[in-house]
Amino acid sequence: MVTRTLPVIDRDNKAFWTWGREGKLAIHRCAKCEYFVHPPVPFCPRCESSDVAPQTVSGRGRVVTFSVNHKPWVPDISAPYVLALVAIEEQDDVRLATNIVGCAAEDVCFDMEVEVVFEAAEDLWIPLFRPVSSA
Amino acid sequence: MSGLAEKNVAITGIGMSNVSRGATKSALALTVDAALEAIADAGLTRAEIDGIATWPGERADGSGFSPVGSAALQDALRLEVGWYAGGGEAPGQYGAVFNAIGAIAAGLCRNVLIFRTMYEATARKTSYANSLLREGQRQAGPFSWYAPYYTYSAALQQALFFNLYVHKSGIRPDQVGQIAVGQRRNAALNPRAIYRTPITLDDYLASPLIATPLRLYDCDVPIDGAVAIIVSRMDVARSLKNPPVRIEAIGSSMRYRNSWTQLDALDTQAQPKVAEMMWSRTDLKPVDVDIAQLYDGFSYHTINWLENCGFCERYGAKDFIEGGRRIALDGDLPVNTGGGALSAGRLHAYGAVHEACTQLWGRGGARQVAGEPRVCATSTAGGPLAGAMLLVRD
Repeated sequence: MVTRTLPVIDRDNKAFWTWGREGKLAIHRCAKCEYFVHPPVPFCPRCESSDVAPQTVSGRGRVVTFSVNHKPWVPDISAPYVLALVAIEEQDDVRLATNIVGCAAEDVCFDMEVEVVFEAAEDLWIPLFRPVSSA
Repeated sequence: MSGLAEKNVAITGIGMSNVSRGATKSALALTVDAALEAIADAGLTRAEIDGIATWPGERADGSGFSPVGSAALQDALRLEVGWYAGGGEAPGQYGAVFNAIGAIAAGLCRNVLIFRTMYEATARKTSYANSLLREGQRQAGPFSWYAPYYTYSAALQQALFFNLYVHKSGIRPDQVGQIAVGQRRNAALNPRAIYRTPITLDDYLASPLIATPLRLYDCDVPIDGAVAIIVSRMDVARSLKNPPVRIEAIGSSMRYRNSWTQLDALDTQAQPKVAEMMWSRTDLKPVDVDIAQLYDGFSYHTINWLENCGFCERYGAKDFIEGGRRIALDGDLPVNTGGGALSAGRLHAYGAVHEACTQLWGRGGARQVAGEPRVCATSTAGGPLAGAMLLVRD
């Protein structure tokens, strides 16, 4: 598979892309009202608290939607592969773009229960998701 | 509703460059062609153009997505304007029009030259093939959340929304295919369309899967070309040679999360509240609409807009387009009458505005909708972007 294009790291997104080193999925959360704030920003849009910081979540979620990509957009890419949006178990409006791994593309389905796995890339750890049953 | 600014603005002229799968002119030269045609069509001169607007503004990144900006065109035509703008953070491609409405209302200008230039056909031959990712560079900004996941194209990203729509609505491929097949039938009657050879439903169903549920024929066609329109203050418009195509109402809101991952409703995308805003600014109803030019970056966008504009109920588009009769040139609601971006070429919503005026001015030739259409609904964009306009020729 071709190299992944990596994100530019800043103060807000660093935990998300690096806590995978310890196997942890980091999502910002408000300490006051417990709302998860994603994409991460140190402000809670629900209670207006600035006490918002990355917190480890379960790493489990469900496939909200997905697409099986068939077109080889670049040389050496191995199609088909699955792009998906996964909602974390803790809060349905936190959706993560991701690839579904650990199963055949045709086996991915709506509402499939998935869990995070991490892939190392340079100095980052990229969250991917696999079916819970494949653990 | 007489106090609404868009009701004091009309489209007074349109222009289109040669549109092709590989131009023999530069992007700026194509833009000049479209601009001069639009100015002349309005019965104006260069000296009377006192505003310029485009979307999303110049992006000198080699992608061909927007190679020409307001400043480049201003200098090429040596225009002297009271106001200009070009920027991507707006209600989709129509942001340039909405900005112009505001500028006219503010007294900054009277005749605004609005344009959109694409050079994607040449870009794909000469630079890099994929517009969303660049190899070896880290990605900043909102798209960084997609970047690591091989999201090379808008087709794959937006397939996420369309696949959920299929799941929820139960629409079948043979129903979706009516958009591509029908628009190709319209394009066959449009001498300026890129693809004019009719296709059948079987052709559609046999076209390669790009990213489920998108097939090749669901995707618009990258081209080199430019469209220009002139929008004028109403008193000026009434003195010009074309009957004003009034901007009866606009939808420009952002009352939802503007994010490609977090937007509130993935399957309807941002469109419902934008369409609702448009209808709130007019006494006209969906039943009053004669023709529709609905965004078709992908055929599913058109299907989404049919529902979100209220031409059919939620998840009712599958029945509305079944068999293709209702949306044909002689149907109840002719849709994308020139072939749209799928067959006439990806002029990115401004081809739709050009076609709307073509029809409202009775210039459609072999594809002219009968009965002198007066009211055209237009819409643009998908995902978290959306804009809508209702155009009326009195």
